[in-house]
Amino acid sequence: MAKAQKISLAEAAALVKDGMTVMAGGFMANGTAERIVDELVKTGVKDLTIICDDAGWGRKRNPQTGEYEGEARGVGKLVQNRQVKKLIVSHVGLNPECGDMYAKGEIELELVPQGTLAERIRCGGAGLGGFLTPTGVGTAAADGKQLMTIDGKEYLLELPLHADVALIKAYTADESGNVQYKGSTRNFNPMMATAADLVIAEADHVVPAGEIGPENVHTPGIFVNYIVDGGME
Amino acid sequence: MEDKKAFIAARVAKELKDGDIVNLGIGLPTLVPRYLDPSVHLILQSENGFLGLTSGETPEDYKGYLVNASGRPASIAKDGAFFNSADSFTIIRGGHVDATVLGALQVDQEGNIANWIIPGKMVSGMGGAMDLVVGAKKVIVAMEHTNKGNFKVLKKCTLPLTAAHQVNLIITEMGVMEVTPEGLVLKEYNPEFTLEEIQAATEAELKIDENIKKMEA
Repeated sequence: MAKAQKISLAEAAALVKDGMTVMAGGFMANGTAERIVDELVKTGVKDLTIICDDAGWGRKRNPQTGEYEGEARGVGKLVQNRQVKKLIVSHVGLNPECGDMYAKGEIELELVPQGTLAERIRCGGAGLGGFLTPTGVGTAAADGKQLMTIDGKEYLLELPLHADVALIKAYTADESGNVQYKGSTRNFNPMMATAADLVIAEADHVVPAGEIGPENVHTPGIFVNYIVDGGME
Repeated sequence: MEDKKAFIAARVAKELKDGDIVNLGIGLPTLVPRYLDPSVHLILQSENGFLGLTSGETPEDYKGYLVNASGRPASIAKDGAFFNSADSFTIIRGGHVDATVLGALQVDQEGNIANWIIPGKMVSGMGGAMDLVVGAKKVIVAMEHTNKGNFKVLKKCTLPLTAAHQVNLIITEMGVMEVTPEGLVLKEYNPEFTLEEIQAATEAELKIDENIKKMEA
């Protein structure tokens, strides 16, 4: 099997350029490649379109002082640092600052039902032109979308999503790029690993090729271009 | 009433059967498991990617790797299962969830529900709610009957909808209402209120079930 290339955090971050569309795994930052995100904050890369379940955790404005308080996590760090032009997410509820930025026109927001978001990404990686879902029929989520009736039931036509780069959070990656996730951190990572031109996996543990074992591989190594050692030993 | 939310959650618990696969929304619905009959064991689905959500401390081995759908540390049953988000919504959208319990900003007599946005005020996003209310076999709205004196049970929702015609049952501190093709039917009432008081707190016209019962938590 081909080896995925091991690169440093700085090398990984340098692959993300201004204006790119970036998929980031994670659900409320659980399963987000946090160290790569930290590195992106350092590079200051800007005008990103981020596709993620949500806006991560963000700061909240203290109505007494007018100051924002709290700590951002996950892609919330990039939002807070004004590096994101547009978010394609299912919710922003844990990132009040993001909601405020949206109200002031400082960030674009495409809100997508969570199941639709997961499936649009899956389609993007699976070579499908879209899919039909009953979710969102009769709501604002149907605006501008084609409505189709199949066997008397209404569906929305939803289109695939692609990205320039996907940031994946692995628990273990082997040197062939095979990835195993842990607990609930799997979430959007497996679909995102299939739907981007360039896939970078940040792994808590990097092990020799084959050590995960074929039955235990969640994302086959052929999808992963680069591995970054997240350094948990 | 001492604790409206506890009372509502306890009544919701009676709707769920042993072995049901259930997804609980954030807030009040998460109280429901406390009030289950000891003979009733639910399989809780957490839309971020697992079945077998349990209360209790996160096992040492999973610390940092296991959260619930509110992003808080969680725990999983021994016979639980993890999966990705596409599979999670295969379970949800595909009709494999027996019931979902969720709160609402508004609900109406046609079974429409609004709970994800207040234009100009609150932008939160729908998360998995639109998929859940469309896909679950039974949709139970659990909420306080009014919001600071304003109607929440309406003739027609005024806020942007989460889904159209999907709600089956509405449970509040005042009563239990079923959504039927003829409108809302009051099946049970809390005897702390008169039927007139319940109607006065409800914009939608309530039809009184001929076998109406007292609501017990």
